[in-house]
Amino acid sequence: MIRAGSWLALLVLVAAPLVIVLGMGLGTSAPGVPPVIPPIGARGWQGSFEAWGLMVADTYYLDAALRSLRLAAITASLCLVLGFGMALGIAGAAPRWQAPLLALVLLPFWSGFVLRLAAWVGLLRDGGWINGMLIRAGLITEPLQLLHSEGAMLLGMVHGYLPFAVLPLTATLVRRDPRLEEAAADLGAGRWTVLRTITLPLAAPAAAAAFLLVFIPAAGEVVIPEVLGAPDSVLIGRAIWGEFFQTRDWPAAAALSTALLALLLLPIALFQRLATLK
Amino acid sequence: MRWVVLTLGLAFLWAPIALMAAYAFSDSRVPFEWGGFSLRWFVALGENARLLEAAWLSLRIGAAAATLATLLGLALGWVLARHGRFAGRPIFGALAGAPLVLPEVVMGLALLLLFVGLQTLTGWPAQRGAATVWLAHSSLGMAYVAVLVQARLAALDPTLEEAAADLGAAPFTIFRTITLPLIAPSLAAGWLLAFTLSLDDVVLASFVSGPGATTLPVYLFSQLRLGMTPEANALAVVMLAMGAAGLAMALALQRRLAI
Repeated sequence: MIRAGSWLALLVLVAAPLVIVLGMGLGTSAPGVPPVIPPIGARGWQGSFEAWGLMVADTYYLDAALRSLRLAAITASLCLVLGFGMALGIAGAAPRWQAPLLALVLLPFWSGFVLRLAAWVGLLRDGGWINGMLIRAGLITEPLQLLHSEGAMLLGMVHGYLPFAVLPLTATLVRRDPRLEEAAADLGAGRWTVLRTITLPLAAPAAAAAFLLVFIPAAGEVVIPEVLGAPDSVLIGRAIWGEFFQTRDWPAAAALSTALLALLLLPIALFQRLATLK
Repeated sequence: MRWVVLTLGLAFLWAPIALMAAYAFSDSRVPFEWGGFSLRWFVALGENARLLEAAWLSLRIGAAAATLATLLGLALGWVLARHGRFAGRPIFGALAGAPLVLPEVVMGLALLLLFVGLQTLTGWPAQRGAATVWLAHSSLGMAYVAVLVQARLAALDPTLEEAAADLGAAPFTIFRTITLPLIAPSLAAGWLLAFTLSLDDVVLASFVSGPGATTLPVYLFSQLRLGMTPEANALAVVMLAMGAAGLAMALALQRRLAI
C-alpha cells in the first residue's frame, strides 16, 4: 500500500508534469487563457511543430544553449577546485572542528538567496562599495563597469553553488583511511605525489558527483544571470523564462525545456549512477 | 597550506554577508554607504506591511511543504530501502531522484502546466496561489527527504527490528517503537532542508503562484529589479540570526544524540 501511494505521488507530481512539458512543445501558441492550444483536443490530434521549427530557424537558441553549457562547465570547474581545497582543509581539521567548519560553509545559505544577490548588486554597481573603495584609494577615477558582466555573473554563480561542491567532497574526504596517505609518505612520496596518486583517485567519484551537482542546475540557472549578467547574454534558462513570462509563448518555453532536458540527460544519468553507487 | 584555501573560500562566501551585516546598521539611504550608526532599517523592516505579509506567507508555506515533503519522502525512502527489486524499480528510483537534478525552470514550467491541465480537466485548482506553491515545494522537498531516509534505513542494524518481531511485536508497533525513533534524525534534517528550500525558492513560486500569493523571495526579487533599500541588509541580519540559532540547536541536538 505504501508502494502504491508512493507510485501515485511520483506519477502525479513528477512524471505527469514532465510528460505534459514534452507534449506542450507540440502545442500551438494562441491568444486566450491559457494562451495555448494543446496538441490533443476533443477532435484528436491538432498539434504542430511550430515551436520546434522556431528553435532551429536561426542560431539564437543554439547559441544560448552553448553559452549555458559553457557557463555551467566553468562554474562547476571553479567550484570543484575551490571546493576540493576547502574540503581538504575541513577534513584535515580536528574532528570536533569539522562540524562547525561545515556549518560555516552552509550558514551563508540562510541569509537568503535573493538577499545575497542584492548584496552583490550593491557591491558591484557603478556607485557601489567596490568602486567607491577603489576611487577613494586613488586607483581609478571613473567607476568600473562591474555589474551586468560575464565576470559578475560567474562570481554570483560560484558564490551560490560552492557549498554544493564542498558537501560531497568533505563527506568523502572525512571518511578516507589516513593510513593510505601515511603509508605513501613513509615510502618517501612527497606531498604533491601523495595528493596526486592517493588522495585525488580516492576522491574521484565524489569529485565527479560534486561537478555534476553544480553543472546540472547551473545549466538552467535563471535568477543569477538575470540579476548579475549582461542583459544581452542569452542563456537557455533565461530564454525559457522569457518565452513564458514575457512572450507568453508556452509551446516555445516547453520545447526549450525539452531541449534543455535532452542536453542534460547524459549528465543526469551519470549523476544518478554515481549517487546510487555510494 | 591546506588552511589557505579553506580560509580564502570561507572569506569569499562570507564577504558579502559580512558587509550586509555591517551596513544594516548604517543610517545612509544608499545600501553599502556608511552614514553613522542607526537602527532605522530594522524599524523600517518592522513597518513594511507587504514584506511582513510575504514573510508570513512564506513561513506558512514552508512549514506545510516541509511537513508534506517529510511524509511523502518517508514513504519514498522506505520503498527504495525496503522493497527490494520490484517491477518498475529503476523507473521508481529515477522519478524519486528527478526533482534533485531537474533544472528549477523546467520543474517550474512542468508543474505549472500540470496545474493548468488539472484545472481544465477537473476544475481544481480554481486559481493558483498558496496551495499550488505548497504542492510544488512539497514535490521538490520530498526527493531530498527520500535520499536522507533511504540512507538512514540502509545503515540501520536489522537485528533491532528482528528482535522486536521475535518478541511478538506487530509490524506497525515495530515501526512506531523501533524504526521511527532510529530514523527520526534524518526526518528532522529532511524537514529542515525542505523548509529551507521552500523559504529560498524564487523560480518554482514564480511559475506556479498567482496574484495575491506573493512569497518572500518573489517579493524581494521584484524589489531587487526596482533597486533595493538598506532594508535588505537588515532582513539578511534577521534571517542569518534565525539560521544560526537553528543550526546551533541542530548541532547541539546532534551532539546529545551521539553520546
